[in-house]
Amino acid sequence: MNDFIRQLADITGPGFVSSEPEERYLYSMDQGTMSPAEPDAVVMPGSTEEVRKIMLLANKYKVPVVPMGGGLVLSGLTRALHGGIILDMKRMNRILQINPKSRYAVVEGGASEGMLQAYLKKHHPELKHSMPDAPPIATLAGNICIHGSGHLSVLGGFHSDMLTGMEIVLPTGDIMRTGSCSVSPEWFARAPLPDLSGLFIGWSGTTGVVTKLGIRLFPSYSHNDMLIFVCEDADLMPDVISRLTGTQVAEDMTPWMTPKPEWARGFLHINISYGAHSKKELTFKRNLLQASVKKYSDQKIAGFLPLPPTEKSRFLKIPSPDLVKFADIRKGGGFEYVGAIMAIEHFAEAYRAGLQIARMYNVSYSMGARIIGAGHAMIFFYAYAFNRADPEDIKRAQHALEATNTAALEIGGIPWKSELPAQKQIINKMDQNTFNLMNQIRSVLDPNHIMNPGNWEK
Amino acid sequence: MLHEEILHRCFRCGYCKMPSNYIDLNCPSYLAFRFETYSPGGRMWLLRAWLDGKITLSKRFSEIMFSCTACGNCTEHCPFPNFKDLLLEAFTAARGAFLDEGRVPAGVRDYLTRMQLHGNPYGLPAKKRADWAGGTEIAPFTDQEYLFFAGDEGSYDTRGQEIARSVAKLLAKAGISFGILTMGENSDGNDVRASGETALFEELAKNNTDLFNEKNVKKIITLSPHSFNSFKKEYPKLGGNYQVFHYTQVLAFIIGKLKFRENQDPVLATYHDPCYLGRHNMDYYSPRMILSAVPGLKMAEMDRNKQNALCCGGGGGNLFTDVLSSCNESPARLRVREAKNTGATIMAVSCPLCAIMLEDAVKAEGLAGDLRVMELSEIVNDRIM
Repeated sequence: MNDFIRQLADITGPGFVSSEPEERYLYSMDQGTMSPAEPDAVVMPGSTEEVRKIMLLANKYKVPVVPMGGGLVLSGLTRALHGGIILDMKRMNRILQINPKSRYAVVEGGASEGMLQAYLKKHHPELKHSMPDAPPIATLAGNICIHGSGHLSVLGGFHSDMLTGMEIVLPTGDIMRTGSCSVSPEWFARAPLPDLSGLFIGWSGTTGVVTKLGIRLFPSYSHNDMLIFVCEDADLMPDVISRLTGTQVAEDMTPWMTPKPEWARGFLHINISYGAHSKKELTFKRNLLQASVKKYSDQKIAGFLPLPPTEKSRFLKIPSPDLVKFADIRKGGGFEYVGAIMAIEHFAEAYRAGLQIARMYNVSYSMGARIIGAGHAMIFFYAYAFNRADPEDIKRAQHALEATNTAALEIGGIPWKSELPAQKQIINKMDQNTFNLMNQIRSVLDPNHIMNPGNWEK
Repeated sequence: MLHEEILHRCFRCGYCKMPSNYIDLNCPSYLAFRFETYSPGGRMWLLRAWLDGKITLSKRFSEIMFSCTACGNCTEHCPFPNFKDLLLEAFTAARGAFLDEGRVPAGVRDYLTRMQLHGNPYGLPAKKRADWAGGTEIAPFTDQEYLFFAGDEGSYDTRGQEIARSVAKLLAKAGISFGILTMGENSDGNDVRASGETALFEELAKNNTDLFNEKNVKKIITLSPHSFNSFKKEYPKLGGNYQVFHYTQVLAFIIGKLKFRENQDPVLATYHDPCYLGRHNMDYYSPRMILSAVPGLKMAEMDRNKQNALCCGGGGGNLFTDVLSSCNESPARLRVREAKNTGATIMAVSCPLCAIMLEDAVKAEGLAGDLRVMELSEIVNDRIM
């Protein structure tokens, strides 16, 4: 291993490789509940060429490689389960190209969500991309590879749907491209080619390393507003969501249910954000949204929450730092969530299951969802806070998460960016031929099985 | 360890690494080294692990802790209101604990030894402290309104001395009544405190407060924002109660009374906020008021400005200890590149440490013909009648 590490240092320079106990400790875990797994070293490549050389070397020595972006996945996907190296991609954080007419950006594999947002605000204020609710240091590549979602997901679907192409370094050291950039100098779309991007999305870093990607951009409006719809009956939610998304004017819709603050307890809220190029257009869109659920407002069983402008601006801040504050609710710096992707008609069922699990395990919870597309699916979140200094509390959160994964699968949903135990649960429910094909693809791409081993395995 | 109860509460969300506009990374040590361990969240988790016996105190761990410049970007942008203000204090306490264990980088050890033996980080004789004023008409402090405190860099560093003389000249021109101490003063101790050597800081501070009190000092104008911070925030806890001003705060009030030469050549300048005037004491406007009064001078802000300013990398004793290294991606070099990108030809500063760090970086970047680091009073002195 020492010789291997010396050779890594030859590739990146000695300052960007470490096998010291401090790095090995810190990179052995993330913020969630999964137990630590130490890498032998951490490497930070600065270019595609360096990634290529690292992969060639790792493949030669059969050393496991775990690619890592922001390291904020919370479900332990960037742990070195079989040792080897963590490939911290964040040095490769350049924004390479903005195409304002075809509305796409090309960025390096370690570029952060926050940096792209800031870059667009400065150089192309007429454009924006879909920011996730993750902290701004989260990487675009990481988020897309886990099928993330964000503030334009009603408009544009999952972030993986917004991907226009990728540059990948395969475990064998080959550099390949997916989408239009494999044929043309431009990165406008994945169509009409065989969609090879799918070989790298949702695989938890088990098939290759993303070194560049293209992502769709959207118009940034000069006028932005949001509404909060409130009701008490979870059974109404699928129809409410269907009606609201049916207007096709919202950019983002996020239902949320929390026991705190007190005024929110027991109610189901839906934040609906939308924008426009003029006040007149904004009013028109607001009217459309309000009209779509008039049936419920007229019956006085649901309605829109009056919001002072100061409150609105808090909700319109993207990303909202308020979300990570949930980690301090037990004064313990930890939270993890199950995000289960499912059809919206299961909303009430999912909500009740969450309440029951929180009660059963006595955990501090917060529930929410993000609507994808025109109500095509939702990611239903169950977040549990825990105290990192209290092993019992961590265990409690772990049990709650496991129970939630089980419940989500029973409802018909699929845990998102699933931690190891949930991956196994999914595999157990998965069509056997699908799993066989996954394994066949994996062995073609990664003959020595060096990419994030331990994930997506029985 | 003081504040150890907050260490596990850090979520490592990473807001501390960035400015509020997310335009780039903004933690000096994380920028230079790029391992998560060198970020504020990384330090929090490593310290917890050390206290829990999961890692040991090593040379690298010590370098990780002492590479922090105490710039305050983390406390500014941490989203956790219940403990964010204690982050730097926790790091200071940890460095103190490392000192107690005798595990500090050699540069830090030497820096503190010089401070201990000579009362300044240069290891020069105390009697030379006022030499910078030689050949000027600056009077010793007797009963003037203000004591002018030049600090370590203003007293001993060649470039710092030029800045001290320039500021003193402008204060005199503006009719400010001030004098300097010619014997007996020590370092303000600000960065000694940040390095965790609390006892030495208190010793330095006590020496200064005894002297100030003996001389009946009531008001102090400091050259360095580091001195300003120390006198304003720490000395009162040790019995040193003075009205303290950074020189820009005094000049901002009287700049309107100065007569500038007419028909000045237009010039574009950018201003670099020093951490101890800006983030630590929230004064972003006094220096900008001065610059806005200069005829022909236009301002171009860097992307990272005011509470988002990138530290020059010299704080926390790093000007002397060099734990943060002077690599290609050192904060000072990144900062002068950022200044150059604004199109400015002058990078205005109001801190002698920043001036020294950034001038070195301008040379290292080969920008000497394009970008000139100028201290504020130098800009004004160049243009007044």
